[in-house]
Amino acid sequence: MRRAYFKFSWIAAALLAPQLLIIFVFFYWPSAQALYWAFTLEQPWGGGNTWVGFDNFRNVLSDPYYWGSVRVSVIYALATTVLAMSMALTLAIFVDRQLAGYKAYRVAIIWPYAVAAPAVGLAFQFVFNPGAGIFSYINTIAPGWWDLSKYPWQAVTAIVVAGAWKQVAYSFVFFLAALQSIPRSLTEAAAMDGARPLRRMVDLQLPLLTPTFFFLLVINITDSFTDSFGIVDTLTGGGPFRATDLMVYKIYADGFRGFDYSGAAAQSIILMLLVMALTFVQFRYVEKRVHYT
Amino acid sequence: MTQRLATAALVFAATAGSASAEKIKFEYWYGLTGDLGAVVAETCNRFNASQDQFEAVCVGQDGYEKAVQNTIAAFRAGKHPTLLQSFDAGTADLMLSGEFYPVTQLMADTGVTVDWTDYFPGIANYYSSKSGEFFSMPWNSSTPVYYFNKDQFAKAGITEAPVTWEGMAEAFKALKASGQACSLAYAPSSWIDLEQFSMAHNIPVASNNNGYDGLDTELLFNTTLHVQHMENIQRWITEGYALLRTQAAGKTSRDSFVEGECSVFFSSIADHNTIHKLTPAFGWDVQIIPTYEGVERHNTVVGGASLWVLAGKTEDEYKAAASYLAFLATKPEQQFLLENTGYIPVTKSTYEALLAEGFYAKAPYLNRDIAMKSLTYTEPTELTRGIRLGGMIQIRSEWQSEVEAALAGQKTMKEALDNAVSRGNDQLTRFAQTYAGKSFP
Repeated sequence: MRRAYFKFSWIAAALLAPQLLIIFVFFYWPSAQALYWAFTLEQPWGGGNTWVGFDNFRNVLSDPYYWGSVRVSVIYALATTVLAMSMALTLAIFVDRQLAGYKAYRVAIIWPYAVAAPAVGLAFQFVFNPGAGIFSYINTIAPGWWDLSKYPWQAVTAIVVAGAWKQVAYSFVFFLAALQSIPRSLTEAAAMDGARPLRRMVDLQLPLLTPTFFFLLVINITDSFTDSFGIVDTLTGGGPFRATDLMVYKIYADGFRGFDYSGAAAQSIILMLLVMALTFVQFRYVEKRVHYT
Repeated sequence: MTQRLATAALVFAATAGSASAEKIKFEYWYGLTGDLGAVVAETCNRFNASQDQFEAVCVGQDGYEKAVQNTIAAFRAGKHPTLLQSFDAGTADLMLSGEFYPVTQLMADTGVTVDWTDYFPGIANYYSSKSGEFFSMPWNSSTPVYYFNKDQFAKAGITEAPVTWEGMAEAFKALKASGQACSLAYAPSSWIDLEQFSMAHNIPVASNNNGYDGLDTELLFNTTLHVQHMENIQRWITEGYALLRTQAAGKTSRDSFVEGECSVFFSSIADHNTIHKLTPAFGWDVQIIPTYEGVERHNTVVGGASLWVLAGKTEDEYKAAASYLAFLATKPEQQFLLENTGYIPVTKSTYEALLAEGFYAKAPYLNRDIAMKSLTYTEPTELTRGIRLGGMIQIRSEWQSEVEAALAGQKTMKEALDNAVSRGNDQLTRFAQTYAGKSFP
């Protein structure tokens, strides 16, 4: 690998400073504060705290419901990522092939990304509500079959679908850009060799998409761990009986709603470590299969 | 500050006598939303219009929980309001932090006279220290009752709304026999099914007199009549007398009642006004929450929220806040709140004056004072003063999740309540550890 070396320059430092300052103020400082709180019992109204060492971590990790929360978070992250990326890829390929009306829905597909997570949750409430939503039609055929307050798997499905719907747009933009950057000459050459659209997609487009694919995988998984709060809050509130109590939602419920700042700080640290570990695994093992051109 | 005073003095000198001095402003953060939030905002307008010395700047915070959360964040940054409307479950931390100005003290210091003995004991006890000093100012107060469909009751031959659970069970049977499919629209509520239920039966929710006497408290509700009661509710659901009606299940218990689907539902008296506005197509009324036979009925306690004065503000702001609080306690202002919401009067004199005027004898306020009967049923005992537990919000949510799991058939009710108690006790231990060496004032 070639390395580039730069001489230190004050101008460069000055140009970097604002950005570094922002990262410090909005990331490192709060993270350090959370790390400190995770080892203490913090009084919400100020007034001091007590050092308790690893007690908060021990409490959290010995709680069976916490592990339930980790489990459902992982399921949610994987399911939304797979669902969102496969939908986005399919849509992007359609748009790339310039099927009828592609210009209109190229714009339409990008929109959902601009919708805030709580709004997505609210919108899907109208879909999934067992009494008044679109899914309530199922209940007119089979009464009581669809009930988010009773069946954990239904509640998990609901948040996965809502979460994936929100993420499709983001992945779509990247997939489309990547597809459009594949030189026409390659596609045309393959076509002249007799490769039909499906074969061209499998042998030509997908391999060339791997860098984008990898980038989106990392972003989507991270996002579904950290950005799912709004959907859970409006759609299920963590229920039924904690079935959709995602890690990030539990942090909010314990920390802000229950004033247990320290317990929530410990959970944040664990979540951060988990996301870092997952990202590391992806870079270490998945990136090996990525071909950068 | 001195600079501002100096400026004010200059301005005053310049306009000598012709114009009034600048108004003293104070900030008030409230949690009520929607129609109720509009009523709060209106009280501020009324206060500001009633005098020209002070100005209340009232900011809605989108719910009690958010109001407390935002205030804590603001407090830590030194930018908090003078007044905060907070719900009871959110105040244990505030009480122990001591970062508030007890209203008894505030009124004495600012020279505002308030007749504290005029407050109903059930309300006064709830918001005051062991020595009887008011921490916060009672304002929007309620207590639970049950609402029943008069037409459906009459059809089933029930002439009087039952006040015992045994009578309620009989009523359920009669309703079913008369062709009414659903008797009770049930939504689990720890406030009604656990807390107020325990008050009315004079049984403990937790040790240490429900937490008043120390922080080393343990929950006891898995050993009391509460267990049997929850098992009864579960049985009524399986036997088809009751239906689970929650937001997550697609329809709230109130909607179910208003549509005429179920004949009875339990809620705060604050819903009285809402149901009236929803104009159900049948006659309806309210009754005090039932107790079990063989148990002497006791008072229920107040719910809703109270107004807290926070530490670290200026003397002027405190004067303004005191004036606003005194304004809210007057009879016309209490009546304004009552007429626009379902809340109840907090002072005896106001209640008596309203009774004398026949306020509660006609619609839409008819029988709304059943709540007063429930609140004042007996003098509060050690166990019916209220509940003072740290981590109350989490204890409630543990109860809720466990009861929901039991109702969905995942575990027995007893297992669920045992689990809620043991998890709740972990919260209490953490709380005691956080405030080691302190106790509720």
